[in-house]
Amino acid sequence: MTERRIRVLIAKPGLDGHDRGAKVVARALRDAGMEVIYTGLRQTPEMIAEAALQEDVDVVGLSILSGAHMALVPRVLELLKQNGQEHVRVFVGGIIPDEDVPRLLEMGVYAVYGPGTLTDDIVGDIRKAVLGAETAGA
Amino acid sequence: MSIAEDVLAGRRYALSRVLTWIENDTAEGQEALRALFPHTGRAHLIGVTGAPGTGKSSLVNRMAYYYRHPPEGEPRRVAVVAVDPSSPFTGGAILGDRIRMRDLAGDSGVFIRSMASRGALGGLARTTAGVVQALDAAGFDLIFIETVGAGQAEVDIARLAHTTLVVEAPGLGDDVQAIKAGILEIADILVVNKADRPGAMATLRALTEMLKLAHPSQETIMHHGQRMTAAAGVRKADAPLWVPPVVKTVALNNEGMDDLAAAIARHRAHLEATGEWQVRDRVRLQTELENMLQEALMQHWRSRVPEGTYRRILEAVFTRRLAPADAVAQLLAADAPRPKNLPT
Ligand code: B12
Ligand SMILES: Nc1nc2c(ncn2[C@@H]2O[C@H](COP(=O)(O)OP(=O)(O)OP(=O)(O)O)[C@@H](O)[C@H]2O)c(=O)[nH]1
Ligand SMILES: [Mg+2]
Repeated sequence: MTERRIRVLIAKPGLDGHDRGAKVVARALRDAGMEVIYTGLRQTPEMIAEAALQEDVDVVGLSILSGAHMALVPRVLELLKQNGQEHVRVFVGGIIPDEDVPRLLEMGVYAVYGPGTLTDDIVGDIRKAVLGAETAGA
Repeated sequence: MSIAEDVLAGRRYALSRVLTWIENDTAEGQEALRALFPHTGRAHLIGVTGAPGTGKSSLVNRMAYYYRHPPEGEPRRVAVVAVDPSSPFTGGAILGDRIRMRDLAGDSGVFIRSMASRGALGGLARTTAGVVQALDAAGFDLIFIETVGAGQAEVDIARLAHTTLVVEAPGLGDDVQAIKAGILEIADILVVNKADRPGAMATLRALTEMLKLAHPSQETIMHHGQRMTAAAGVRKADAPLWVPPVVKTVALNNEGMDDLAAAIARHRAHLEATGEWQVRDRVRLQTELENMLQEALMQHWRSRVPEGTYRRILEAVFTRRLAPADAVAQLLAADAPRPKNLPT
């Protein structure tokens, strides 16, 4: 019996203590049937990449409200690539100024979300990103 | 190079991929397990169970760190498998045990894997044993297995692990009742964590009292009600009994880890001296084999009996014309006497 579940790592990089958004998103993904590894606050990019590798996740979700995204996100992307996980989709949410969004996408981030995003939209986008590449499923 | 060889060579991402395949029970996963199997049987499997919030993950974090930085001797390689419950409604899960395992980050001698229970009720996922086998083959010396922690006797873990830690904490209300409900029977070591909290001494005393009561019947309950046929002749007849020690810890402040490590070492020595190590190994393998055999036989048999025959006999049971025992006899007779495509 084969069972495929989307696995997502939700992490809060840096010193940012705003964790409501990360928790809201984690719960929404669980309720959508995904397996969410939640690592808690104050994660370094190294810790995030290591967890992504050990947990073999399909998606890494970074929640950043501190303004440090332009330093943290590229580092996470670089480490994922170093570990052979360039196929892992990286989603970013939090307080991201409009002008930074295209730059993040260019670096290889799959999508960026700000305050007020409906979690249903996030669920749909993750499903599309992961299962779209495969043959489909639940 | 096959992926199993990559795992044996210590490639971490290969290991991680294999764990996913095993967890999803894919053909690649079965293939990898087949190749890894000869390399299993070396790790010390340590189960960690107990009610939610007693500090299992915090304790595993400290213990793993202890074995990575031992006061004497060589560091040991440590893997952790942490199981959390899946939602029965959506199948989703939040796996949060890593939150407490920060001290292990950045250490290539440690591998932590979170698993969702995926509907299994015994405290582990159906594929946890396979995941543990792969980690064993990958060369980890100690493998900690944290269960869901339903608070009831979680028999699966006692069957899988060599050493089972049952973690209690003071102030969990009717914890003494929960202990009575069978958790003592699976404990090789009882841990009273959160010993910094009020009521720790009372919990410690209550547990020690219960152990005294349980001690006389220890021998009969020690083996988790498993059939021991495979093990006959391995265990020494006059083997000393193991009386589970009660160890006090404060995972929060890293207190009591040396006592706990000493208790684990004593238990291991006991298992080896009495032949119980081998008994548990054999029981585990026999259980695994019989489960697989059961599934395979059932499938094989179903493919040989016409669906119509099966339905007809089932219907006779539904309408109370045929007793289930007679139905079984008829169904077995409906199969050809000699299955021809079974390997000889
Ligand atoms: C609540 C709040 C706090 C609470 C946090 C409580 C907590 N535990 O989370 C408290 C009071 C502690 C706090 C403190 C501070 N805060 Co504050 N805080 C807010 C506030 C008002 C709301 C944040 C929130 O919880 N929103 C609700 C959640 C559900 O929304 P969300 O996080 O945006 O998440 C949504 C999306 O962004 C997205 N998303 C988020 N993460 C992710 C991840 C993934 C993978 C995906 C797919 C999507 C996604 O989906 C979510 C659902 O829609 C914001 C202002 C605002 N309107 O955003 C300021 C704000 C974030 N805070 C701010 C500041 C400056 C601070 C402080 C530094 C203030 C100070 N001087 O002390 C401290 C720092 C605290 C710290 N240690 O980091 C600034 C940040 C400025 C910046 N980045 O440039 C903001 C923007 C206020 C402002 N306008 O200045 N804060
Ligand atoms: N006071 C005190 N708190 C502790 C101790 N050990 C752990 N905790 C706290 O207890 C809470 C639960 O700890 P965990 O390690 O997550 O417990 P757990 O048994 O793994 O929990 P689940 O996996 O959810 O069942 C956390 O807030 C810990 O910080 C301790 O020795 N003393
Ligand atoms: Mg835990």
